[in-house]
Amino acid sequence: MTMAKFDEPGYYKHEDLLKVDYHPPRTGWMDTPVDFRPGTYIYPGKAKNLKYLDLPNPRNWAVTDEDWKLQENWKEIVLDGMAERLRRYRTFRLFMDICVRCGACADKCHFFIGGGDPKNMPVLRAELLRSIYRKDFTALGKILGKIAGARELTYDVIKEWFYYFYQCTECRRCSVFCPYGIDTAEITMMGRELLGLLGLYVNWAIEPVANCFRTGNHLGIPPHGLLDTLEFMVDDIEEATGIKVDIPMNKKGAEVLFVTPSGDYVAEPGIQTCMSYMILFNEIGLDYTWSTYASEGGNFGLFTSHEMIKRLNAKIYAEAKRLGVKWILGGECGHMWRTMHQYMNTVNGPPDFLEVPKSPFTGTVFENARSAKIVHIMEFTADLIKHGKLKLDPSRNDHIRVTFHDSCNTARGMGILEEPRYVMKSVCNNFFEMPENTIREQTFCCGGGAGLGTDENMEMRLRGGLPRGSAVKYVQEKYGVNQLAAMCAIDRATLITVCDYWAPGVKVTGISELVANAMILKGEKKRTKNLRLETIPGAEEEDTAQGNIEHLETIEGMHTTKGGSSNE
Amino acid sequence: MNDKSKSIVGLVIFLALVIFPVLYNFAVGGAGPRPELELPEGESRCVEDKDFMTAHHMDLLLEWRDAVVRQGKKNYTSQAFGEIYEMSLTGTCMNCHTKRETFCTRCHDYADVDNDCWGCHVEPEGQ
Amino acid sequence: MNVFISLAAVVFLFLAGLLGAGAGLDALFGIVIPYIAIFLFLGGLIYRVMIWANVPVPFRIPTTSGQEKSLPWIKQSKLDNPSSTLGVIGRMALEILCFRSLLKNTKTELHEDGHVAYGSSLWLWLGSMAFHWSMLIILLRHIRLFIEPVPGAITFLHKLDGFLQIGAPVFYVTSFIFPIALLYLLFRRLGDPKLRYISLVNDYFPLFLLIGVGISGFWLRYISKTDIASVKELTVGLMSFRPVTPAAISPLFYGHLFLVCVLLGYFPFSKLVHMAGVFFSPTRNLANTNREAHHANPWDYPVKVHTYEEYEDEFREKMKAVGIPVEKE
Repeated sequence: MTMAKFDEPGYYKHEDLLKVDYHPPRTGWMDTPVDFRPGTYIYPGKAKNLKYLDLPNPRNWAVTDEDWKLQENWKEIVLDGMAERLRRYRTFRLFMDICVRCGACADKCHFFIGGGDPKNMPVLRAELLRSIYRKDFTALGKILGKIAGARELTYDVIKEWFYYFYQCTECRRCSVFCPYGIDTAEITMMGRELLGLLGLYVNWAIEPVANCFRTGNHLGIPPHGLLDTLEFMVDDIEEATGIKVDIPMNKKGAEVLFVTPSGDYVAEPGIQTCMSYMILFNEIGLDYTWSTYASEGGNFGLFTSHEMIKRLNAKIYAEAKRLGVKWILGGECGHMWRTMHQYMNTVNGPPDFLEVPKSPFTGTVFENARSAKIVHIMEFTADLIKHGKLKLDPSRNDHIRVTFHDSCNTARGMGILEEPRYVMKSVCNNFFEMPENTIREQTFCCGGGAGLGTDENMEMRLRGGLPRGSAVKYVQEKYGVNQLAAMCAIDRATLITVCDYWAPGVKVTGISELVANAMILKGEKKRTKNLRLETIPGAEEEDTAQGNIEHLETIEGMHTTKGGSSNE
Repeated sequence: MNDKSKSIVGLVIFLALVIFPVLYNFAVGGAGPRPELELPEGESRCVEDKDFMTAHHMDLLLEWRDAVVRQGKKNYTSQAFGEIYEMSLTGTCMNCHTKRETFCTRCHDYADVDNDCWGCHVEPEGQ
Repeated sequence: MNVFISLAAVVFLFLAGLLGAGAGLDALFGIVIPYIAIFLFLGGLIYRVMIWANVPVPFRIPTTSGQEKSLPWIKQSKLDNPSSTLGVIGRMALEILCFRSLLKNTKTELHEDGHVAYGSSLWLWLGSMAFHWSMLIILLRHIRLFIEPVPGAITFLHKLDGFLQIGAPVFYVTSFIFPIALLYLLFRRLGDPKLRYISLVNDYFPLFLLIGVGISGFWLRYISKTDIASVKELTVGLMSFRPVTPAAISPLFYGHLFLVCVLLGYFPFSKLVHMAGVFFSPTRNLANTNREAHHANPWDYPVKVHTYEEYEDEFREKMKAVGIPVEKE
C-alpha cells in the first residue's frame, strides 16, 4: 500500500488533528511569521490565467519561494490600493475603525475551532489589515506606532495576508455574532483585492475565473462539451425513469433561462442534481432553456475581486436579453446565490427588459425577485409542491435518513431557510435537524468555500470541516442519518471529503435529487433505480405501488388542509 | 433622504443632546448664580470647622440622629473646639440657622440633593 | 506589557490632574482643558462620522440571520432578516439597546473524541450591558450639575438610582455596577489567553481610564465628599461660558475631571467611536431587499467583459456541428 500524501485525507490521523492547542504562541502575533506547511496553503495563480484576464504582474512563482517576484513599487501599490478602497467601501473604512476586540467572534470560525491558530480568529484576521491601516491612515498610529497597534507594511506582512486571507471562506458566521456586524468576508475580500494588485492569486480560484471568462463556466467546458454532458445525463434519466427528456439549448424565446453552477455538470452528486432539474422541468412542462454562454451560475469572481464579480456575472443578464426570456431561474448553489442575490442587480442590473417572475403553473408572482428577476429553484419548487403541482411518493426516499446543511452564503447572505426544509419534508419521511448552533444563520462552512476547496489545502479543509463533520456525526449516531443534503455545488464537492473523514457512512446529496426520486412522472416505468442508478431498497416488492398511491393521497390531503389554495 | 443627510440629522440630534446643558441654561435665562449661604449674625463658627461642615454636615447629622434615637445620648463634644453641644437639629442647629429656606433648601435645590430631615422634623415656627 | 503601559498612563494622567490643580493650575485643569476636550470630542466625532457618511455603500450586503421574505405562506423573520425600514429600525434598536448579537454568543468546546460542543455564554453580554447602561445613567445623573434649575426628570432618575436609600449622600446602584462591570471586562481580557493575545494598549487604556473615572467619582461622592455646590458652580460656569474655579473644590475633583477630559478627547480617535459607528454598519442597517429593489453603486464603472459575440466567434463551428443555434451562420 502506498503512503497517503499531504493532499489526501488519509495522510492525517484523526487524533493528530484533534489535538488542537488553543493557547496562542509566546511571541506576539506581529512577531510570529507564517509557517507555510504543505496542506495548509494553496498554489499560486499561474501566469497564463492572469494574462488571459489582463491582471497585473503575471508570472509563475511558488509560495515557498523567498522571492515572490513582486513589482518594484509593491508597497506603494498596496497603500494606494488601500486608500482607494477606504474611499469606496464604507464597510472597509468602518470595520477598520470600530472593532473593540471583544473576542465574541473568536471561537465562531471553523478554522479556529478546528485548527487553533490565533490568526484564524476573525478579529485577528482583520487586525492583519487593521495594523497597517493604523500605521498609514490614522493619526494615533502614525504618532504612537506599535503602542497604538500599528505596524509597518513589510514583505512578511504580504506573505501573512496571502496565507490567512486564503484561510477564510468568507462564510460570515462571525458577523452574526459581532455586536457591530463586522463582516470578515468584507475584510477578506479587501485583503484579496490588495493581493491581486500584486498578482497574488490562488490558482484554484483564478483558473476557474479564466475558464469562466472564456467558455462561460468554471470548468472550461466548451459549448459542444456541455451539450454532450447533458446528453449523457439524459441517457441516465431514461435508464432510471424510462422517460426521455429534452435539452433546450440556447433557445430563443423560451420563458425562462436556467442557470446553475458548473459543479452540477460533473461527478456525483452534482450530476444527479442536474438530472433532477431536467426531470422537474420536463414533468411540469416548463418552457426553459440552458445557455452555453451563461453556463455558469457560480462566480469565482466573488473570491477574487469586486471587479471580477461584475466581469463574470455580466453574461447572465446579457444572455437573458439575447435569448429574449422573461425571467431567470437559478439552481442549487451557495456562492452563486450570494452573487445573484446581493451583487448581480447592482453590478449588472436592473434588468428592465425582463418581466417580474411569475410561475406559469401556480400563478405565484415572486415579489421578492421583482427587480432582479431571478428565482431560486427552492422557492420555485416549494411553490409547486404547496400548490399540489407535483405528484410525490416520499416513501421512495424511506431508506434515506437525511439532514440539511444550510450553506453559508444562502443562510447569511439571503436567508433561504424554510423553503428547502419544506421541500425536503415533502419528499422525505425521515428528516432530522443538526444541533441548532450548527444550522440556519449559525451554520458552519464546509471548510472549502471561497476558493479553498482544493486538495493541496487538505489539512485546512479537514480542520475547517470539523465543526460540520462533528454535527453530522452527532445526527448519524443519534438518528441514524445517512445522507446530508446541501443546496450548494461547493458543498456537494467538499462535504463528501468532510463526511468521509469525520462522519464516514454519510453520503451527500442535492435537494432536487431527493425531489426527482420522489416524483411520480407521467408515463414513467416502474422506478426500481434512483438517479444514481442504484437499486431503491424495497422497490422490488410487489405491493409497493399500491402503498405509494395511498401515501400520495395523504400528502395531497395534507396540502389542502393546510390551506395551500388560498394564496393566489 | 440619502445616507449623508441621515448622518447629518443624527449628528445634529447628538450635538443637541451634548450641548443640552448650554441650551437649557440659555433658555431659562442663564443659570442662576450659586446661592449665597446666609450665615447667622453674631456667630463666628459652627460646631466644627468650616471645611468639615461643608463636606460632612450630613454625616454629623446622621451621627447625631443615631446617637440620640438609638443610644439615648444627649451631648456632643466638638472635635475642633472641645465645646459641648446638645445634639438637636431644631434645638441646636436651627437656633442659629433659623430659616430652613435660606440655610438648607437653597443649596440643596441648587445641587439637586435630597434630604429627608423634614420627613420627621418640623421646621420651628417664628422668625 | 500593554496592560502596564495603559495602567501607568492612566495613573500618570490622574496624578497630573490632581497635582496640577493642587499646584495652582486649577484654571488650566478646570477651564482650558475641559473646553479643549469638548471641542476635540465634538469636532472629532463629527469628523469621523462625516468620513463614514462620505464613503459610499456600493453593495447591499446585510448579514441575514433569519428567514427571508419570499413566498406568502412562509413566515419571514422580520427583525433578523428585515425587508422594510421598520424592520431595520427594529433590528438596529435591538442591537443598540440590547446588544442582541452578543446575546447570541456561544462558547465552543472541542472534546477529545472530536465532538464540538456549544454552550450559551452570556457573561460578555451581561458585563457590556451593565457597563454601558450604568454609564448612560451616570451621564444623565450628572446633568444636575450642569443645569439650573434641575428638571424633575433628572431628579427622578437619580432618586431611582438611589432607591436603596442607604447612606448620606445616598448610594447609587450604578456607582457600584459601573466599576464592577468594568473590572469584569478587564479581568476577562486578562484571564482568557486568546483575548490577552489580541488585546492592545488601545483596549486596556480606555478600560483603565473608565475605571479611573469611576473610582475617583466614587471617592468624591462617598468618601472625601467634595463641596458639590462649588463643583456645580464650576460646571455651570463652563456651560454658560462664564468659567470660574471656586477655591473650595478639592484637587481630587480635578483628577477626576482630567480623566474625563482625556476620555472625551481620546474618544473620537479610538475604538470608542463604535458608539457612532454601530449605526453605520451595512450588515445590520440595510434591509434584505436585494432582488426586490435595485441598489445603485455610485462609483460603478464599466469593466472588460467577454461578450457573446466574442464567445460565438471562438466556438461557432463547434456549436453548429452539434446543432446549437448561433447568431451568425
